[in-house]
Amino acid sequence: MLEIQDLHVAVDGRPILKGLSLRVRPGEVHAVMGPNGSGKSTLAFVLAGREGYEVTAGSARFGDEDLLALEPEERARAGLFLAMQYPVEIPGVANMYFLRQSLNAVRKSRGLDEIPAAEFMRKVREQARLLGIGEELLKRDLNAGFSGGEKKRNEILQMAILEPRLAILDETDSGLDIDALKTVADGVNRLRAPDRAFLVITHYQRLLDYIVPDVVHVLADGRIQRTGGPELARELEERGYEAVLGGRLAA
Amino acid sequence: MATALDTVKDYTEAEYKYGFVTPVEEDRFPPGLDEDVVRRLSAKKGEPDWLTEWRVAALRRFFAMEIPDWQKVRFHPIDFQAISYYAAPRQKERPRSLDEIDPEIRRTYDKLGIPIREQEVLAGVAVDYVFDSVSVATTFKRKLEELGVVFCSMSEAVREHGELVRRYLGSVVPPGDNIFAALNSAVFSDGSFVYVPKGVRCPMELSTYFRINAAGTGQFERTLIVADEGSYVSYLEGCTAPMRDENQLHAAVVELVALDDAEIKYSTVQNWYPGDKEGRGGIYNFVTKRGACRGKRSKISWTQVETGSAITWKYPSCILQGDDSVGEFYSVAVTNNRQQADTGTKMIHIGKRTRSRIVSKGISAGHSDNTYRGLVRILRSAEGARNHTQCDSMLIGDRCGAHTVPYIEVKNRTAQCEHEATTSKISEDQLFYCRQRGISEEDAVALIVNGFCREVMNELPMEFAVEAKKLLGISLEGSVG
Repeated sequence: MLEIQDLHVAVDGRPILKGLSLRVRPGEVHAVMGPNGSGKSTLAFVLAGREGYEVTAGSARFGDEDLLALEPEERARAGLFLAMQYPVEIPGVANMYFLRQSLNAVRKSRGLDEIPAAEFMRKVREQARLLGIGEELLKRDLNAGFSGGEKKRNEILQMAILEPRLAILDETDSGLDIDALKTVADGVNRLRAPDRAFLVITHYQRLLDYIVPDVVHVLADGRIQRTGGPELARELEERGYEAVLGGRLAA
Repeated sequence: MATALDTVKDYTEAEYKYGFVTPVEEDRFPPGLDEDVVRRLSAKKGEPDWLTEWRVAALRRFFAMEIPDWQKVRFHPIDFQAISYYAAPRQKERPRSLDEIDPEIRRTYDKLGIPIREQEVLAGVAVDYVFDSVSVATTFKRKLEELGVVFCSMSEAVREHGELVRRYLGSVVPPGDNIFAALNSAVFSDGSFVYVPKGVRCPMELSTYFRINAAGTGQFERTLIVADEGSYVSYLEGCTAPMRDENQLHAAVVELVALDDAEIKYSTVQNWYPGDKEGRGGIYNFVTKRGACRGKRSKISWTQVETGSAITWKYPSCILQGDDSVGEFYSVAVTNNRQQADTGTKMIHIGKRTRSRIVSKGISAGHSDNTYRGLVRILRSAEGARNHTQCDSMLIGDRCGAHTVPYIEVKNRTAQCEHEATTSKISEDQLFYCRQRGISEEDAVALIVNGFCREVMNELPMEFAVEAKKLLGISLEGSVG
C-alpha cells in the first residue's frame, strides 16, 4: 500500500531524512518511534505533501501511484489522511461544515454525489458519540478554542468520516491525559480494517499499549535504524533510545 | 429556494464573466456637460420645472467644487466633459408589460442569471432593472400596489408621486454634499424609488439590478427609499458591467429615510468590472449612500459585499436623529490585483440612546490596497449613545495593503464607544490543513475568507448570501500559489 524507498528530504536546504525506506501493507499498523529531531514529523508532512519539504532523492508509492507527484489534496482524495499534531484553527468555519466540505470534496473526486445532509448528520453524530464529542463542539468554529484533547478527538472524528486507506497519526498522543488517550486509541482501533493501514508516529511507547502495532520502526538521524515487533517499543521504553540504538545514533 | 440570484452560477472561469456587451440601439447625448445638457436631459424626461431648476442649481455647485484629496485611492483625473450623460436603450416608451422589453435587454439579464419573468414568479423578489441609465422594468408591481407600496423607477416616481419625491429628494444627501453627489443631482437619469406606507411590512425583498452597457458613459442613478412610520422594507442592489479598457464612472446617490419605528435594510452585492490584472479599465465606484433615522426607534442597516470596481470609494452612513434609533453597517470589501478600496461608514449620533454597530471585513490580495475609513460622531445631544466598531483585515500574499483609519468624535460624556481591530493573514498551516482534507487550494481560500466574513454574510438575505459567497471565491481566484 505504501512503499517508501531511500527517501531523502531537506528542509531549508538542511537534510532531515537521509535514505528512509518503509513498506506498509493493507491492514497493518506500523509505529514509527524516535527521539526528538529524528525526522518523524518530516516523514508525516512529506507524505502528505506539505510545501517546504524538498525531496532530494528516493521515491514513495501509494497503491499504484507516485505519491510524491500528487498535490496535497490529491493525496487526501486518494485516501491518505494525516491526523496532525497541531490541528489549525479556522475562525468562522463551523467544525461540521468543514467536515462536510471535506467529505464532499473527496466524494466528488471519486465520482460520487454529495452526501445527503441527513445521512451526513447521522454518521457524524454516531462517530462523535463514540469519541465523546458533544454536539456543541460540532457547531463551534473548527478547532477554535478547542482544548488539546478536543482537537485530537476531532482529528479522529474526521478520520472516521473520511475513511482513508492510509492514516498517518502524527504524535496524536501528545498533550492527552490518560482518558483522552484511551478514547482516541479506541477510535483508531475501531477503524482497523483489512484494507486500511496506519502509520502511528509517536515519541512514547504509551500510545502503543492501546494501539498495538504489527511492526515498530525506530527512526533516528533520518533513517530507520531498527525494525521489530511490539516488543521493540517496550525495549525502547525501558532502556531509552540511546541504549537501544547504541553507536548508530550519530547526532 | 430557487431564487433568481441563485441562478447566477457556473462560477468556473477565473475571468470576469459579466464582461459582455449587449447590442441595443441607443439614444444618447454626445459627450459634454453644461447647463444646456442638463436642461435637455430634464426636458427629455418631461420633468416639472422644480426638478429642472434643482438640477441646474446642483450643476452650478458641481462646477464650483474640486475632487478632494484626503482619500487613499489614487486615480487619473476624470474628464467630465468626455462623458455622455444620457444613454438609453431606444424604445418608444416604457414597456407596458414585461413582454414588451427589448429582447436584447432581456437576453442580457438572462445571461446575468436574472431572467425577468422567472425572477418574478419564482423568487417573489420585486426587481427594478436599470440598463445604462434607464429603468427598463419593474416586476411584481400589482402585488405591491395592493399594499400601497410604491416601487418604481425614479422617472415614474417624479411623474406619479411628485410630492413625495420633492419632499425627500436631496433631504439626506443635499446636492452640495460632495462633488459626485452634486454631479449626480444634476444629471441623474433614473434609479429606483420606494415608498412604504405607515405600518406596512413589505412582504418581499425589493431589488434593483444595475447594468452599465454603453461605452463612454457613466451611470448616475438615484435611489430614494422612504419608510413611513412603523414600516419595514428590505432592499437589494446588484451590479455588473462589461469589460472595457477605459475607466467608467459610477456616481450614484442613495438616500434612505426611516420615520418613527420604521426599519430599512439595504444590501448591496457590488460586482462592477474591476479592471484587468494590470489595472487597465474598470469602474470607478464613487457613490454617496446615506440613511436618515429621522423617527424615534427607527433603524437603518447597510450590508455591503464589495468585490468589483477598479476603485471603490464610498461610505454608506447613518444619521441617527430620532431618539433610540439604530444604525448598522456590515461590510466585506475584497480587493485583488490592482484594485483599490477606500470604504467604511459614518455614524452620526444626534438623538438620545442612539446605537450603532460597525463590522468591517477587508480582504486584500495581489497588489491591491484596501482601506477602512470610518467616522463615529457623537453629538452633545446624544445622551447615552453607544457605538461598537469591529474592523478586521486579512492579507493574502505580501504585496497588498490593508489600512484602518477610524475617526471617533465624542461630545457627550455618557456615550460609550468601542473600537476593535485585527489584522491577519491566511496561513500556510490553514491552507495545508484544508488541502490535506481534500479541499483544493482555491476552495480553501474561499472557505477561510468566507469564515472570516461570516458575521457580515449572515446579515445578507438568503438570495444574496449564496451569490456573495461564490463571488468572494471568484474574486480571489489566483491570489495564492
